[in-house]
Amino acid sequence: MSFQNLTIQQIRKKLIAGELTSVALTRACLERIQATNHQLNTFITVCEKEALAAAEAADEQLAAGNAALLTGLPIALKDIFNTLNVRTTCGSKLLDNYISPYDATAVQRLREQGAVIVGKLNMDEFAMGSSNENSAAGAVRNPWNSDHVPGGSSGGSAAAVAAGQVVATLGTDTGGSIRQPASHCGVVGLKPTYGRVSRYGVIAYASSLDQVGPLARNVEDCATMLGVVAGYDPADSTSVDCPVPDYLENLAAGVSGKKIGLPKEYFIDGLDAAVKQAITAAIETYRQLGAEIVDVSLPHTDYSVASYYLIATAEASSNLARYDGVRFGVRKDEGAGLISMYQQTRAAGFGDEVKRRIMLGTYALSSGYYDAYYLKAQKVRTLIRQDFLEAFEKVDLLLTPVAPTPAFKLGEMINDPLQMYLSDIFTIPANLAGTCAISLPCGFSQEGLPIGLQLIGQPFAEADLLQAAYAFEQATDWGGRSPELS
Amino acid sequence: MKINQKDVEHVARLARLNLEPQELEVMTVQMDAILGYVDKLNELDTEGIEPTAHAVPMANAFREDEIRPSIGIELALGNAPMVAGESCFQVPKVIE
Repeated sequence: MSFQNLTIQQIRKKLIAGELTSVALTRACLERIQATNHQLNTFITVCEKEALAAAEAADEQLAAGNAALLTGLPIALKDIFNTLNVRTTCGSKLLDNYISPYDATAVQRLREQGAVIVGKLNMDEFAMGSSNENSAAGAVRNPWNSDHVPGGSSGGSAAAVAAGQVVATLGTDTGGSIRQPASHCGVVGLKPTYGRVSRYGVIAYASSLDQVGPLARNVEDCATMLGVVAGYDPADSTSVDCPVPDYLENLAAGVSGKKIGLPKEYFIDGLDAAVKQAITAAIETYRQLGAEIVDVSLPHTDYSVASYYLIATAEASSNLARYDGVRFGVRKDEGAGLISMYQQTRAAGFGDEVKRRIMLGTYALSSGYYDAYYLKAQKVRTLIRQDFLEAFEKVDLLLTPVAPTPAFKLGEMINDPLQMYLSDIFTIPANLAGTCAISLPCGFSQEGLPIGLQLIGQPFAEADLLQAAYAFEQATDWGGRSPELS
Repeated sequence: MKINQKDVEHVARLARLNLEPQELEVMTVQMDAILGYVDKLNELDTEGIEPTAHAVPMANAFREDEIRPSIGIELALGNAPMVAGESCFQVPKVIE
């Protein structure tokens, strides 16, 4: 059975009407995973038994007329979410044997709405990467072309949706980790405003930037998923206590009369020709839909990568201090004392990219360098944030590419970390500014690789962002396409 | 050079990371390139600019200091590499 042309709302209607059971749907997902995982390597852990038990329970709820928002729908999670009694590795060798003793708030909210958790998805180790090549579980392949990366760090989350392994997934986005893989895999990915979704139970990378969000086949499904996971959580002191609107209610409101800004700094010489063409066509589509297109400037864009890779690595060096082989994880101890045990555990457990970022962050925070690097980066962050606030006085939304190129090839950038970092140039600023942004399909390259369009919205204006994305999706046929897998 | 191998060794000690000689060499080259790049921040005059630690302006989040349920000792120790007795994480000897 195929659910790939249906939205969550359409599947839900079929489940409620008894035309479909959650067990049948869940089995179909498990079979699809079985048939395609060797090729894509999207799943680190498949929870077959637990998923089928949850599906049976969902079918009972449906039969009793108690359908919640996601009852019976198979969903998978980036392996960064603590998931009760399930192995949670965060893509790291260090957490190879970690069984989570609790659910992250986002996971708990999915369960409360009846979602069937099918498994845990591959990712760059500790969410550090743009290609999903930095995983202890091995690289994920792009479903559109297995020689190419799916993007990262939520590469498994994006590829699993594109390949029809599950209905929707959750990822996290610190510098583009939802939007860039969504773009590279031809699915929709939403990074909500910082504070919109609880981070409790999400393994921390850079706490002032990390945000949880959905990846799905279409905008409506992202709206449904966001409605479930968004909202204040007393367990996350940075989650914001402001009402969660019904994101589905005015989804079809359109963009007529909206002002969409084109930040000139995002239309640079290095932009791939196919990306440029697709984005130009998208701008024209919005014009035809009645939006007013306005040129704007975000003058500090060029400093965002430098600011990000100091702030994110500094926060990471502090957050990852907890992996010391004492309370969890794989300990390595050659009997030379406590400090030596820490050093060996961390040297054996962390991969190259994680070590590099811990080193950079430690350096940026170390005595004598704090002001020159960390504090300087935070001041530049203020300038970048002000750019956005000023632009949003003139326009409702910003329209940009998600990435300068379509998905690159595996191995192409692995030995040049700086080059890899620079590929995040269009996604990082929204994290530094803390605002919301969405990636949605807007074309394909000649080689058949998806291209994504980014819309950046005002803080906590996810509803506007989703409406604008929905209008584009309805007016074009780039979304919802499925790659052919052998 | 922004950073030399001796600096990198020092940072590795601070970060509690054992790096092999070859790793140190590669790390020095890569960190030097990245630090060279981030130097571009100095093109900007940030005199008088307040640093941003959090994008969403927020005051302290207080809550009542009340006893609430927690996961308990057994679960908390469940992932520990070594446990001593029924309620302690065990680590290598600290004091000789």
